[in-house]
Amino acid sequence: MFGIISGLWKVLLHTFRRRVTIQYPEQKAYMPPRWRGRIILSRDPEGGERCVACYLCAVACPVGCISLQSAEDEHGRRYPEFFRINFSRCIFCGLCEEACPTYAIQLTPDYEMGEFNRQEMVYEKEDLLIAGEGKYKGYNFYKVAGVSIADKDKGQAQNESPPVDRHDLLP
Amino acid sequence: MRDVIIPLIIVFAVLAGVLTVSAGLIWLERRLLALWQDRYGPNRVGPFGSLQVVADMIKLFMKEDWIPPFADKPVFVIAPAIIMATTLMSFAIVVFAPGLTVIDLSVGLLFFLAMSSLGVYSVALAGWSSNNKYSLIGGLRAAAQMLSYEIFMGLSLMGVVLLAGSFNITAIVEAQKGMWFCIPQLPGLVIFFIAGIAETHRLPLDLPEAENELVAGYHSEYSGMKFAMFFVGEYLAITLIAALVATFFLGGWLGPWLPPFIWFAIKTFTVICLFILLRATLPRPRYDQLMSFGWKLMLPLALLNIVVTGGILLLRG
Repeated sequence: MFGIISGLWKVLLHTFRRRVTIQYPEQKAYMPPRWRGRIILSRDPEGGERCVACYLCAVACPVGCISLQSAEDEHGRRYPEFFRINFSRCIFCGLCEEACPTYAIQLTPDYEMGEFNRQEMVYEKEDLLIAGEGKYKGYNFYKVAGVSIADKDKGQAQNESPPVDRHDLLP
Repeated sequence: MRDVIIPLIIVFAVLAGVLTVSAGLIWLERRLLALWQDRYGPNRVGPFGSLQVVADMIKLFMKEDWIPPFADKPVFVIAPAIIMATTLMSFAIVVFAPGLTVIDLSVGLLFFLAMSSLGVYSVALAGWSSNNKYSLIGGLRAAAQMLSYEIFMGLSLMGVVLLAGSFNITAIVEAQKGMWFCIPQLPGLVIFFIAGIAETHRLPLDLPEAENELVAGYHSEYSGMKFAMFFVGEYLAITLIAALVATFFLGGWLGPWLPPFIWFAIKTFTVICLFILLRATLPRPRYDQLMSFGWKLMLPLALLNIVVTGGILLLRG
């Protein structure tokens, strides 16, 4: 009997407690920067597309929601001809971001992606590309990788030694 | 002409008022439960979410009123009407203020007990006619629970009747001019309140519904407005029990300064809030615990209460 009354009193005291509800559309919860939300494609510091269309994200994707087609431009740089993510399938696991060798594909803290029409959940490359570099600043794949493109040959990348002539090494 | 019109006005005012209040209770309960669980509850539709009930009603009207093909149709349809009818009939004897009552029966208290006993038919028939094992278990539980709690509900009020010397509601309230019956009849108040919770099958004693064992108990198969009748019927019953607790034990409309009706409303509202607080606090007992609590503890206590009250009254002459 005493237990019941003290319980009632304790519940009654909750009248004066702070309410923990976050009133969502007006108030928003803090999302950590590494939150796995809407996927974007970032650009390198010079403004070029980071994506080199290596298909690793599409292979890593457990639900197969990424589809793309690679192409090569006049400078010999690979880029995706189209890049399509079907967000009605995406499970936001972040494996594509882990697989990406060029920091191109990244997950952002945005989660407000509701649509009335299912087809609108399919994002094309124009919807995915952003203007900036995303989470990883100052990284430019073609500046550090030993791939030759139009204005840069092998051995001219940052921290890269000139190529070795293997025939020179023969005894 | 006056003799016809004024009672008619009172009848419709009581009907409209009681239905509005019990619909509003749905909103009040959700807000209060939320308050005591540190959240907000419905706060979007209208000021403080108070139009939530209207939205819910529109939704319920739109819903398909499905009668399962395996149900016993006439009984299935009539069952929800019984609980509404009996509870609304009970409101006929509630005295809201001096003279403000539908009918001032000389056996008003007995009329209320009779009507609340008839309410058992609603849940028992609903459980039976649904032809569903969970509904049936719910209906059986409701029948057993309401019958056993009915007994000491009546007995707990006998102390009040002994003190007031009448079954008439007005006379009972008038008898509390010196002292509210909640002081000499505190055991009676506690027993009546517990029986009231069992009668309305509210949360600590809501075994007939018991969502986590019986789907929704006796009204599992109901949808649309038939379900709404059970739902509103439950809130009507809460209002009724709260009004009767206020009448029998808290001095009804008696009170200083404020007009009688306001006093009655304040007392009823307080008891309703207590109902909701109990729901927010207490878990549901097991079914055998409920029955043994009723028969082995509450019934002897109610009988003891009558014996002691009667003995003291006899000694005082």
